[in-house]
Amino acid sequence: MTDVTKDATQFDRIIERYEKTEESLLAILQDFQREFHYVPEEGIRRLSEVMEVPASKIYAMGTFYKALSLTPRGRHTIKVCTGTACHLKGAPQILETLERELKVKRNGTTEDGEFTLECVNCVGACAMAPVTIVDEKYHGQTRPSKIMDMVKKQVGS
Amino acid sequence: MAAINSVEQLEAYRRELASAAKPDLPTVLVCFGTGCQANGAIPVAEAFMDMVKEQGLQLNVNIGFKTTGCHGYCENGPLVALRPQDILYLKVKPEDVPEIVEETVKGGRVVERLVYRDKVTDEVVPRYSEIPFYKHQLRIALRHIGTIDPTSIDDYILAGGYAGLAKALAMQPDDIITEVERSGLRGRGGGGFPAGTKWRSCVAVESDVRYVMCNGDEGDPGAFMDRSIMEGDPHAVIEGMIIGAFALGSHQGYIYVRDEYPLAVKNLTAALEAAREKGFLGENILGSGFSFDIKISRGGGAFVCGESSALMRSVGGDVGEPRAKYIRSVERGLYDKPTVLNNVETWANVPEIILKGAEWYASMGTEGSKGTKVFSLVGKVNNTGLVEVPMGISIRELVENIGGGVLGGKKFKAVQTGGPSGGCIPERLADLPIDFDSLTEAGSMMGSGGIIVMDEETCMVDVAKYFIGFLVEESCGKCTPCRDGLPRMLDLLTEITEGRGGEEHVAMLEELCDLLTWGALCGLGTSAANPVLSTIKYFRDEYDAHIRDKKCPAGVCKALITYSIDPEACTGCRLCAKNCPQECISGERKKPHTIDTARCIRCGVCKDVCAYDAVRIS
Repeated sequence: MTDVTKDATQFDRIIERYEKTEESLLAILQDFQREFHYVPEEGIRRLSEVMEVPASKIYAMGTFYKALSLTPRGRHTIKVCTGTACHLKGAPQILETLERELKVKRNGTTEDGEFTLECVNCVGACAMAPVTIVDEKYHGQTRPSKIMDMVKKQVGS
Repeated sequence: MAAINSVEQLEAYRRELASAAKPDLPTVLVCFGTGCQANGAIPVAEAFMDMVKEQGLQLNVNIGFKTTGCHGYCENGPLVALRPQDILYLKVKPEDVPEIVEETVKGGRVVERLVYRDKVTDEVVPRYSEIPFYKHQLRIALRHIGTIDPTSIDDYILAGGYAGLAKALAMQPDDIITEVERSGLRGRGGGGFPAGTKWRSCVAVESDVRYVMCNGDEGDPGAFMDRSIMEGDPHAVIEGMIIGAFALGSHQGYIYVRDEYPLAVKNLTAALEAAREKGFLGENILGSGFSFDIKISRGGGAFVCGESSALMRSVGGDVGEPRAKYIRSVERGLYDKPTVLNNVETWANVPEIILKGAEWYASMGTEGSKGTKVFSLVGKVNNTGLVEVPMGISIRELVENIGGGVLGGKKFKAVQTGGPSGGCIPERLADLPIDFDSLTEAGSMMGSGGIIVMDEETCMVDVAKYFIGFLVEESCGKCTPCRDGLPRMLDLLTEITEGRGGEEHVAMLEELCDLLTWGALCGLGTSAANPVLSTIKYFRDEYDAHIRDKKCPAGVCKALITYSIDPEACTGCRLCAKNCPQECISGERKKPHTIDTARCIRCGVCKDVCAYDAVRIS
């Protein structure tokens, strides 16, 4: 799955912050996602051991929830909001431009591992449509002709 | 300060806060909602804080400063409100700050270039309360948003917070339920089920454990009122839930928040801690003997988790797949215990209903839909943002008076309500009152209150395709009609938008709609037909134009449109040619350009960059 060998303590540090109940599973997986930019297989196995929950169940959660990814993501994440307001105001053109310029399809990661391009169904910032989020930063009123410059300016490449 | 142990102590504390407060102190309020932060509110706030420090030291002038929740007028952010002058400045930049402090805070004069200017009359409107966007509003669920600092429990208490709880704790639990029943409050999350009835049926079930839950998994694209409330007034939701828990005899609550709302999670978490510290949560709340606490559960980015049974499974640490609801969640919900799940906006209304009474609340709205509703007015409309108005206002009033009409003077075509479970209502029905029942009758639904305005450049077949595409992605795949029916519907709609549709396509769509309505397991599937059926019903001519004439009248569907340059309007500035990714625009400088339509990929970049509006779509 990945060449990164992570020792169990990295996962334990996150797991320890939560109560040992199944209620905590999703939150822990989300923390894995934030920390490692994906949910590593080793993490699922460790969580399964500590929580005494079958790994298959945790894996099912990993495939079900959009916020979780089982494969490594790019260094930077670009999320194009495809909510209704953004759709009407030109999100499809923003997405196409990014796909064309980055040479990657939606939900894919560029070959150099720099960017992952994702779509998100409404981030609730409809008044600024169309919205694109680069890493954690929100950009409103984005335009196809300016989007690549904006991305490059933020990540400094 | 230590925990507050009685209602008397709460009132004493409130008086203490009031005597320390200086209502006449010039106060700068910077909106710190997601929208304004994205538009650059943080540097603006920093500039103010620097000025406050500097000026305060040099001139001994006291200036109050706070960051608030979302004012709802996000399009014009960063927003800065000034008190006591009641002035609202729009699109404020850090470099405007010295002028604002000098002119307005100290001099009491208005900086005209920063105030609202009416797009039609060009009149300047400096007063917050007179701006058309706010003038027609009646704010109950949004009562504190934009005026209090959501990270300060003292601000909430000073504004009258937790007085509803204090009153409720002195009431009989049963009377609280009666009060909510009599208020006519209906669930703000979508279905509009009467909240009091839900509570009543939950207490009727015998159980040692009950749960109260708040659905903050606001998934309807185009709706963001719950985000705004959770970010801007988290204590209102918490107070509502404590009252509900007391009425229902519940000791554990959960707030399920979308993972896409990081600021809401942050502010709610801080608010819960503050409420615990002050004694509004935990053991023996306000000395009443009643104990209750709330946990936050973060969603995982799955739309279906807004469905009650899926949400409860997700909270329990499982995949969020819905179950068949032969037994309702008020009987067997979270961990198979009786559970009341209400939406964020519903909970935020509860403290006011208890405090001011059912009659007061029921005096607003329509016969079947009481009170006010928060709408997010977005799409092709001049003033976009959150609007709270009494139920029963007409679509036209909302779009034209509050929304300031359709963007760019284009023709108003339709509004879409209810997200992927709702439908499109055409302009000719715009005098329809907005309430739960009228919208359902018109083939749409209230949903969580997203009102998406569409103009002549919106293709209704594309809208239907958009929603079905959305639902295909979000379907959990548990039941066959939804898992397999939706992709077939998407295929049919795609064929129509690509000019490959035949007369039979519409009939096949209708058949699949029927199948989903009757056969799907949960609300996601059973309501999925609405976007398709409502557009077929009201915009059949557009379907026909795509199918018979192979044309997209709105100029949206790529396979059916061509881009060209109007030689009259083109100045030959070469900007489009320089930006065209296909390099298929040619022409000499200062002479009209042409597009090689064979190579054009219809990406829209030329139209986007053209300063002379010379690019045409036909």
